[in-house]
Amino acid sequence: MPSPIIRIDNITKTYGPLTVLDGLSMDVMPGEKLALIGPSGSGKTTILRILMTLETINGGHIEIDGEQLYHMPKAGRLVAADEKHLHKMRKKIGMVFQHFNLFPHKCVLDNITLAPMLTKGVAKAAAEKRAMELLDMVGMADKARSMPAQLSGGQKQRVAIARALALSPKIMLFDEVTSALDPELVEEVLNVMRRLAAETDMTMLLVTHEMGFAHDFADRVLFFDKGRIVEEGKPESIFKNPRQERTQTFLRKIIAAGHRV
Amino acid sequence: MIDWSGYIGLILQGALVTIELTVLGSALALIMAFAAGLGRLSRFAAVRTLATVYIEFFRGTSIFVQLFWVYFVLPFAGLTLTPLQAGVLALGLNVGAYGAEVVRGAVRAVGREQREACVALNLSRYQRMRHVILPQALPLMLPTFGNNAIELLKGTAVVSLISLTDMTFQAQVVRAQTGSTLIPFATILVLYFVMASAISAGMRWLERRATRGLDGVRA
Ligand SMILES: Nc1ncnc2c1ncn2[C@@H]1O[C@H](COP(=O)(O)OP(=O)(O)OP(=O)(O)O)[C@@H](O)[C@H]1O
Ligand SMILES: [Mg+2]
Repeated sequence: MPSPIIRIDNITKTYGPLTVLDGLSMDVMPGEKLALIGPSGSGKTTILRILMTLETINGGHIEIDGEQLYHMPKAGRLVAADEKHLHKMRKKIGMVFQHFNLFPHKCVLDNITLAPMLTKGVAKAAAEKRAMELLDMVGMADKARSMPAQLSGGQKQRVAIARALALSPKIMLFDEVTSALDPELVEEVLNVMRRLAAETDMTMLLVTHEMGFAHDFADRVLFFDKGRIVEEGKPESIFKNPRQERTQTFLRKIIAAGHRV
Repeated sequence: MIDWSGYIGLILQGALVTIELTVLGSALALIMAFAAGLGRLSRFAAVRTLATVYIEFFRGTSIFVQLFWVYFVLPFAGLTLTPLQAGVLALGLNVGAYGAEVVRGAVRAVGREQREACVALNLSRYQRMRHVILPQALPLMLPTFGNNAIELLKGTAVVSLISLTDMTFQAQVVRAQTGSTLIPFATILVLYFVMASAISAGMRWLERRATRGLDGVRA
């Protein structure tokens, strides 16, 4: 039995008076594909942002790949992580954002090679070779020299996925990566992600409102409400036989809103 | 009849001093603008305070008073400057304080999403600034920097008060010696305008270069 690659232990997250996560605990196994679903404001994005160290936590511990994320050992005690420790931990994690967040002043290829060259010291030629392989995988090899402004949303998001993959993280976080896209562009991005899920052993956490995709993609689905896991299980059981009333209500609303399951 | 060629030569000598002041003053202003503008965004409170004090002080007092302090008061503190050094220092510090706000505003205008992408890609603080934030902030700064440089050019005339022989100073000399006001001041009017136009044109060229490929991105 391998040990979890992500261990979230009793974490708390507050924004001023608002408690978003209240004693959340969950484990993720290496290679697992996890879908996080739930109503707006339930804290799904917050969890991913915490794992990417874009937010801090107010209490609890997170262990990534056997090491504390927000803490580090010092003189036999655990103290708050400094920038150097965070830098080390971030190597294990990559994230794809809802709004792509490509660098508009750099061409597609440079968007992808920037971080490997700067953070891993990869030589330019090697970085570009790897970038072209990734662009090929996401079907964007012919756009290597385009500027982001010249791309459609779906193309931008495929580049953003390649950019995150270029650092070879063990864990990838996807936050509603298709919800800023025109409907006809959603499928091209989902196809890339299906291939990723099938062909790599990366651990993936996906926040999505695309229930059909969550069903196909995930090994395990977590249903969140108000910062807590209400129900979790295999996609078949969550989507076909949800036990909790809140899950049932949520899925009914989603289907009524025109999303397929 | 007055032989104007000698007098015009005098004004052109003054023009060289004005150009020298403008170029050196702008260089200092640029350095100060980035130092103080980024200083205001520092993680360290002491650095932020220092930058704020500098900016507020130099924006809150007139260039005229600053020049007199630099030239006439600093010697009492053991620092004697030539008129040119004093002029460059006063102009550079003064305009740099305005430029600092431009730098700060432009850096802040590069959105949170860009910074978060940098964190997700594990860039260090320095790398984020150097490779992602500043290249996007720079095109936002250039138009205002152009205005600042022109303000600085116009401000150079105050140095004639500390008897630096810039263009305005020489025009006054010519006026005193010839009794003609129209010709020397019409000459420097044209010269100031030509210099300001040169700055504008240079800035537009820089802007075009800096925004190449960014079309359609900036709102
Ligand atoms: N920076 C912030 N400041 C204050 N409150 C915030 C901040 N970010 C998130 N919140 C609040 O935290 C709660 C959880 O937000 P989060 O973005 O994690 O929800 P979500 O499950 O991703 O929702 P959605 O499906 O709409 O994306 C919400 O109530 C939100 O308003
Ligand atoms: Mg969200």
